[in-house]
Amino acid sequence: MNGLLTEIEDGPDRRHHLKVHPLGVFDALHEIRTVEDRIQQLFNDGHVRGSTHLAQGQEAVSVGVALAAELGDSVTCTYRGHATALALGLSPRRVLGEIVGRTIGCAGGVGGSMHLVGRDVGLFPTYAIVGAGIPIATGAALTAQVTGSGAAAIAMFGDGACNIGAFHEALNFAAIRRLPCAFVIENNLYGEYSRIDRTTPVADLARRADAYDIPGMVVDGQDVGAVADAVGTALSRARAGDGPTLIEAKTYRYSGHSRSDPATYRPTEEVEEWKARDPLMIHDRRLVEAGSVTAEELQQRHDRIAQAVEGAVAGVLASPPPDPVELTRHITAEVGP
Amino acid sequence: MPKLRYRQAVARALGDEMDLDPTVIVMGEDVAEAGGAFKATEGLLDRFGPDRVIDTPISELGFLGAGVGAAMTGLRPVVEMMFIEFIGVALDQLVTEAATVRYLSRGAYHVPLVVRGSVGAGQGFGCQHSQVLDHWFRGSPGLKVCSPATPQDAYGLLRAAIQDPDPVVVLEPRVLYGTRGEVTTGPDGLVPLGQARTVRRGGDVTVVAVGAMVGVVEEAASGADLDADIIDLRTLRPWDRATVLESAARTGRLVTVEESPPAAGWGADVITAAARELHGQMTTPPLRITPPEAPVPFAAELESRFLPSPQRVAQEVSRMIHDSSAHAGSTT
Repeated sequence: MNGLLTEIEDGPDRRHHLKVHPLGVFDALHEIRTVEDRIQQLFNDGHVRGSTHLAQGQEAVSVGVALAAELGDSVTCTYRGHATALALGLSPRRVLGEIVGRTIGCAGGVGGSMHLVGRDVGLFPTYAIVGAGIPIATGAALTAQVTGSGAAAIAMFGDGACNIGAFHEALNFAAIRRLPCAFVIENNLYGEYSRIDRTTPVADLARRADAYDIPGMVVDGQDVGAVADAVGTALSRARAGDGPTLIEAKTYRYSGHSRSDPATYRPTEEVEEWKARDPLMIHDRRLVEAGSVTAEELQQRHDRIAQAVEGAVAGVLASPPPDPVELTRHITAEVGP
Repeated sequence: MPKLRYRQAVARALGDEMDLDPTVIVMGEDVAEAGGAFKATEGLLDRFGPDRVIDTPISELGFLGAGVGAAMTGLRPVVEMMFIEFIGVALDQLVTEAATVRYLSRGAYHVPLVVRGSVGAGQGFGCQHSQVLDHWFRGSPGLKVCSPATPQDAYGLLRAAIQDPDPVVVLEPRVLYGTRGEVTTGPDGLVPLGQARTVRRGGDVTVVAVGAMVGVVEEAASGADLDADIIDLRTLRPWDRATVLESAARTGRLVTVEESPPAAGWGADVITAAARELHGQMTTPPLRITPPEAPVPFAAELESRFLPSPQRVAQEVSRMIHDSSAHAGSTT
């Protein structure tokens, strides 16, 4: 009962904790929020190069997907992928290590913030090209179908990706071949800096499922359980041979698109309205209402998570950068020292 | 040894690999029921069924991406691009995704994917169905690129490409699909990637070509009685430096004959290497014979001027040999 998610080493054990520990979801939500906040600070302090795309406010979608997915399933997600990587089972040390560009990073420092990866938990290298992972997920589903492995694939992507060709081609291909695939839209209402109604003629993106004659579902993306249920239903259908499902999780990102975006284009009331439905708050309240844990106990647990994340940060900052030899390793199979 | 057309050699390679390895699948537009627009997948659907021989929608981004994901999870997909230009709408999946998966995952994932595409000019398909586009792929670390010039190589390079653990682009000159030749099948017929073929030996000049240009050079050499060392590069990335440089050092003259316009062409890489490695050993500046910097024109009178012809190759190579011999003569 006492063990924390953040204290568990990278990999499948973390997913196990998430799924079976009574406070596994709490741990994941609070760890993700803490890590994301900490990344912002690391960025401000000059430890993170390039850009970084935070997802505070969207944690419940990532955690819900991780709860529903089995370990043999494949997941593609976007450059706004820190939360999903952590939820699926990467440790803060491996995620932060990558974002800071160190050898202990999940890609040894060659990837950076937009390119997290974890094969043992099914996370394909995350995609920095909008929509790119969606057809690739259908390929993982095709393998499952051809080999009869019983696995499924999950493509996670933003509302912005729903206007790119890859989305439509992937849904069409998955539908026509009845592939075991769940498509999960994280609709945070903004595609980069632009509000969805300026770029997209439908308010409910799940309606686009009709164009491919597959089920479409709208789900509350602030509610871990609702997301997990919807994705679980989709994966059951997929594994039963009934084909793909499109799920739209309505959510919100509190930060701008990337580090250079203060997000001044958003009305303050809108941000406040969404913060009133904060996914951590919703989940915490439910735990307390259920009576098995008090608000004070949760606060203490949160503080322990924050402390453990701080330990990971310190470890990362003290760790070495990649060896120069890594520059030309792993390009093709033959190349390497 | 069976005599096969180039297109039959492709189908034979696919069939042999599919027999050998149940994870090999074939995907593309009209590859299954129709047997391929150029009949290079004929008979595969009957033998291997619709789970492994997949007709796709006209949706290159979608099905090439599916090929990438399938390759990352245990299949060996062979994806056909009916005309290589069709990959333009799907290029992200190859050069930005497939090519970087191994690097970004430090080898945890790899992409044993083959993309086959018909390429090249000469048949009046116009400028959007006649390019080779080899430079698009050659410029991407993580990819391998080859272009078979004979039925034997169509068989052997494709089998090697399918067995390769990394993404390989196989550029099949459309003009060669109907050509016939004896093909050694089975394991002895495999042609390793990265090894050039010396088509014929000669002492005066090294002429390097690939794909459809190999036959053009052969015709030029026999027509004009050139004493040329003809090298079929076969694989453009990684290319066989040792064979080319050994030959060029011996003959002292180096010519590349290319089917794409000159900018970013493979001939520039070959000549750069020769300039670096063989400085002082060459008797004449190297020569690139290429199409002009122009799209591929339609009319026969124009298209035949676009492509290097045997006559043009013979003329330019003869002049090069003559000029450098005359120059050498005047200084001794």
